[in-house]
Amino acid sequence: MTVAIPTTLTEALVALQTMPDALFLAGGSDLMVEINFNRRKPIDVIALRRVSELKTWFLSVDGKSLTIGAGVPYSAMEKGEIADLFPALAQAARTVGSPQIRAVGTLGGNLGTCSPAGDGLPILSALDAMVHLQSLDGRRALSFHDFMLGVKRNARSPLELITGVTIPLLSGWQGYAKVGVRNAMVIAVASACLAVDTKGRTIRLALGAVGPTIIRCRESEIWLAGEHDVSSVTPVSSNLAKQFGERAAAEAKPIDDHRSTAVYRRHAISILATRLLQRAFPS
Amino acid sequence: MSAHNEIYSLTVNGELHQIHDAWIGENLLYVLRERLGLLGSKGACEQGECGSCTVIMDGAAVCSCLVMAATALDADILTIEGLRSDDALTDVQEAFISEGGVQCGFCTPGLIVAISHLLDNNPSPSELEVKEAISGNICRCTGYGRIFAAVQTAAVTRRGAKS
Repeated sequence: MTVAIPTTLTEALVALQTMPDALFLAGGSDLMVEINFNRRKPIDVIALRRVSELKTWFLSVDGKSLTIGAGVPYSAMEKGEIADLFPALAQAARTVGSPQIRAVGTLGGNLGTCSPAGDGLPILSALDAMVHLQSLDGRRALSFHDFMLGVKRNARSPLELITGVTIPLLSGWQGYAKVGVRNAMVIAVASACLAVDTKGRTIRLALGAVGPTIIRCRESEIWLAGEHDVSSVTPVSSNLAKQFGERAAAEAKPIDDHRSTAVYRRHAISILATRLLQRAFPS
Repeated sequence: MSAHNEIYSLTVNGELHQIHDAWIGENLLYVLRERLGLLGSKGACEQGECGSCTVIMDGAAVCSCLVMAATALDADILTIEGLRSDDALTDVQEAFISEGGVQCGFCTPGLIVAISHLLDNNPSPSELEVKEAISGNICRCTGYGRIFAAVQTAAVTRRGAKS
């Protein structure tokens, strides 16, 4: 076993070319658990903790989007510039594990692992984020919707590194809500991100942990835009919010597993979507 | 830079240590305990759930069981043993004793590291801030009441010492 500890993106990509079977190690909160429990015996590892290019974020020149490096820890998203621009991402960041986990866990790690329960992923889906991939041959950007292919499956090719995401700034309320067995240190049983785009007069709802990928509730989104002026601050009626929740639940594709049941997950989604809509358009 | 099954160095509590003949995939907790003999950090879950292995790495409280030790070559690592350079107890340790915050004691080192880190960054934490700061440290004995009391006692002592 060899551990490469590159300090630049190029060094990381060169290391990957020389060790094509290597696993990337970001914060370690997924991979180290697998190694500690002997579920995985990596031949080679490329540790990304010293690649400073992955740990920055910046606004685009036109001020319309923010690019966040794959190595930025969730603790940096809980407050400050990223939190101010994307309140939903801040809320999701705050629900990731514990302070110890948030200090190391990254969006790049969530994308690399691609678990449907990854807390950052519903945000990237609802906000139509682009995922940046780079290899020694060049770079490309993929819509998050095309990036996540299934449970722990994504469109990254073997010689590519996930370098970051670009998230468009929206004007309008946004939030994240999650159900787990308790508040702290919990993996989502069901989660949802709702984002209002007042300029585009659309509303976006993305669901986590209730399908093989993050699910965008396109039908519920279109239905709601027809029922409610989402560019306004008009309160939603409780009946409308409830119907929205039921429609969202119908779009979920949950399963029974060790964390919960499909029936409970679908119910949780109806409650989460209802609550988020009421928070977006409070009376 | 890369590390093989050879020798690498770690900076723990301000001292440079050479790690010989270790498997390169070992986590930092294992290396601290089994290779460096620093038995203060405890291992229970080995999956980042319990916080009993909490150390400060480059200014952040982290679970040492989730750090691949060989990748921490340039990191500044502080363990429970290094909170004070002499053998005396820290203000947080004294507060745990005076408030009865220790029962079986297994979670205590991780909690003391997490709480020391909290008070270093926030001298007057609210109850909610304390709860959030130690939400990754599990104690199955005390019910946390005496630990919360110890945090406030340590915070008061520390503020008094500064004024």
